[in-house]
Amino acid sequence: MAMREPELLEVDVWRGGSDGSGRFQTYVVPRQEAQTILDVVTWIQRKLDPTLAYRFACRVGMCGSCAMTVNGRPRWTCRTHVAKVASGKRLQIAPLANLTIVRDLVVDMREFFDKWAKAGGQFTPTASRRDDFARVAPESPARREVDAAIECIGCGVCYASCDVVAWNPAYLGPAALNRAWTLQNDVRDGGRVARLAAVAGDAGCHACHTQAACTERCPKQLSPTAAIAGLKRMTARAALKGEL
Amino acid sequence: MSARGETRLWLAQRASAAVLALCVLVHLATMIIAVNGGLTAADILGRTRGNPAWGAFYAVFVAAVAIHAPIGLRTIGAEWLHWRGRGADLCWLAIGVALFVIGIRAVAAVAL
Repeated sequence: MAMREPELLEVDVWRGGSDGSGRFQTYVVPRQEAQTILDVVTWIQRKLDPTLAYRFACRVGMCGSCAMTVNGRPRWTCRTHVAKVASGKRLQIAPLANLTIVRDLVVDMREFFDKWAKAGGQFTPTASRRDDFARVAPESPARREVDAAIECIGCGVCYASCDVVAWNPAYLGPAALNRAWTLQNDVRDGGRVARLAAVAGDAGCHACHTQAACTERCPKQLSPTAAIAGLKRMTARAALKGEL
Repeated sequence: MSARGETRLWLAQRASAAVLALCVLVHLATMIIAVNGGLTAADILGRTRGNPAWGAFYAVFVAAVAIHAPIGLRTIGAEWLHWRGRGADLCWLAIGVALFVIGIRAVAAVAL
């Protein structure tokens, strides 16, 4: 006979900021079928403590707003079922690592997105509206590289998983470098030389240790590790040709 | 350091790692064969002295170590000790030069 699931969950939730005053507070939440971590956090805020701060938007794994640290691992909480991660009756929910806490479960994402800009994350057009549509063959090797990396939702799970970010605060991080890689493979983009210089070096792709925590934990099953390896190859070729 | 400089250091470390992988294999295999064959230190020196092939092999080995090790230490120093900048780079450069000089002295002692 199957064991009955526990009816109550004890949930330790991080309260406060990152200034040393923060601590975990325990809440008791009823267990429900098909309950997600985001459901648990929402239940706490609506039923127990309206001062709890957290962030979410779409609830369906598209927007990348709701990532948190669940039992020590960064996850997208709207698509993470309690049944998958709760050991026994306990859960621990904390804000993402490697980012400054604003309050409770909300982190300041500015550094994360500023690094996208530093990595040359903007598309640089080479055509005007008077030009015909660019034709990019779906089967071309460059387009295939883009396909493999393009579905990033900017949730920050990779950034929070990365030891190199923790060691080297200037490191651009997996998501920003993954974004740069998609643009480096976009044949329509005109900023590829400048972007290559932006992603090279101690704060860029060469700092990656290929530990692949980002790839292991990416909820979209992307491989920033492969993207960063691609940037390493691309920068190496450019350096040998004297183009960097 | 510039992006170009960092990229070149990375390339140098990768290339020296490839050389080291081969050199370490040859070195270990030779040592094991020599020891199992019952050769004494004098026997081994008798074979290496005046042999330009062994001299060249170990000179390449030493050069690869002198390139590879300081670049790796530089990364460890930057990440674990947060030691970056010109002073740190000069220190790692000095360690590389010292490794090369000490290593080449040893090569000269067994090959010349």
